Amino acid sequence: MSNFITETTPNRPVYVDNDPQSELTTLNLGPTHPATHGVFQNVLQMDGERIVSGVSTIGYIHRAFEKIAEHRPFYQITTLTDRMNYCSSPINNMGWHMTVEKLLGIETPKRVDYLRVIVMELSRITDHLICNGILGVDTGAFTGFLYLMEEREHIYEIFEEICGARLTTNIGRIGGFERDFNDIAFAKLNKFLEKFPPILREFEALFNRNRIFIERTSGVGAVTPEVALNYSWSGPILRATGVDYDVRVNEPYSSYQDFDFEIPVGTTGDVYDRFIVRNEEMWQSLRIIEQALEKLKGEPKGVFHADVPEFYLPPKEQVYNNMEALIYHFKIVMGEVDTPKTEVYHAVEGGNGELGFYLINDGGRTPYRLHFRRPSFINYQMYAPMSAGMLLSDAIINMSSLNVIAGELDA
Amino acid sequence: MGKIANQDIIDKLSAQFGDKFTSPTEPFGLLTFETTANVIAEMLAFLKNDEDLKFGYLTDITAVHYPEEANALCVVYHLHSLQNNVRVRIKVSIPVSNPTIPTATTLWEGANWMERETFDFFGVQFVGHPNLVRILNVDDMTVFPMRREFALEDPNRVDKKDFFFGR
Repeated sequence: MSNFITETTPNRPVYVDNDPQSELTTLNLGPTHPATHGVFQNVLQMDGERIVSGVSTIGYIHRAFEKIAEHRPFYQITTLTDRMNYCSSPINNMGWHMTVEKLLGIETPKRVDYLRVIVMELSRITDHLICNGILGVDTGAFTGFLYLMEEREHIYEIFEEICGARLTTNIGRIGGFERDFNDIAFAKLNKFLEKFPPILREFEALFNRNRIFIERTSGVGAVTPEVALNYSWSGPILRATGVDYDVRVNEPYSSYQDFDFEIPVGTTGDVYDRFIVRNEEMWQSLRIIEQALEKLKGEPKGVFHADVPEFYLPPKEQVYNNMEALIYHFKIVMGEVDTPKTEVYHAVEGGNGELGFYLINDGGRTPYRLHFRRPSFINYQMYAPMSAGMLLSDAIINMSSLNVIAGELDA
Repeated sequence: MGKIANQDIIDKLSAQFGDKFTSPTEPFGLLTFETTANVIAEMLAFLKNDEDLKFGYLTDITAVHYPEEANALCVVYHLHSLQNNVRVRIKVSIPVSNPTIPTATTLWEGANWMERETFDFFGVQFVGHPNLVRILNVDDMTVFPMRREFALEDPNRVDKKDFFFGR
């Protein structure tokens, strides 16, 4: 084994096949391979179809978000969070807003909380749709993916109605939303709630009891809860092992304690369980959205942000015509507002797990230090060790079910 | 929130570690305290294995650079006790001239990449780490870019000077 690796640089082993006695083959899986769904590389040692060992190489799209964040005022960091997990960027945006609100002591109205819950659960559905759809594609079933992508499109149309963007949404502001949801958004949401369940049911009918799919996924990448916790896993893949850890329940934010929903858990932690857990989470998300719409009826209409003029940009027409608004606009943009000198850790349940924001503030215009606890980065480090002994085709679907998003991996 | 009060954790840790356990504070209810590099491994093991505390989940490891202070690099651990639903934050300050701290990979496999990332950006040497090499940056980088002395952009650039924007 050892003479396979010329250690020119320790992190990026250059594999030279110079051992005629060896029966092993070196395979570069990635960095741009259709089956990896993102830019990351695994250098695998193969014995025929079976993986003997692997080295993960990441960082291909590292963009130094933590460094950039030290040079941006709070409201400009939202766009950085978009680009981490771009399959569910509204959750990242909301997580960041709530971190800053926690730091500043801003209490958001209940209506804002419920609107946020709707947006976050919709984006959780888009995240799981992508993951489970792609898992189907990787096991050779293309149809389900196409059904689901149509529904993802409908969710993106709702986002477009709310904030104008689809993928990197920059949705919401510190203190609430930039504008209220319009009637078209609610109409599209209601239409989605009506049309989506039959399609998800059909998708489940295609896969859940499908003999080929079960044979392909069951027992692949099975992980015990002890190992998963030891590797600091979080999110659906941890819950598939049977650990009922969900930030929405353990440390409720954005009024999640008002909602009635269940945390689905698996038993074996294999690819099949992760698939089932994600499907079930989509049903629970739908339940939450329906409850949120019901609760919104009891809230005063037209409230879409907290009353914090020091941090929430006033409407533009007021800036031009009203002295107070002009002062606040200037103070916010120039970063003249005093902020507490303290530190805060806030976690939200992202599509892939516990998405944490560790913010150290020194009272200045920008954070002194901002660290993102990115679930993909922490979940993915087990991939190479757990691949050893697997068939290559199993390792591919194992990677799909981990739902590693390159943007979140590298930040 | 948690099933254990922060005061109980403070009592337990100060009984165990005495004056090595310093300056506990509670920003936003999250118990934060400091310790030194020579007891951090012991303290993490105690927090993880204690029958009441059960801080078995390592949430995060990162670092902060405070260039004005004597021990300028501050390594920050976030631990979580899932059973008790309580978190703690541990800070260890180490000097830039000798940035060594024992690894946590002996306790948690998950600490591996967190420590590699911290090494990559701050140059913290985790003693005993199985493979302490750069992870996100290129290998031939010679600096630790998250330290405060490194500017985000080349300071000699003129195309972004303020006078071009009329400010």
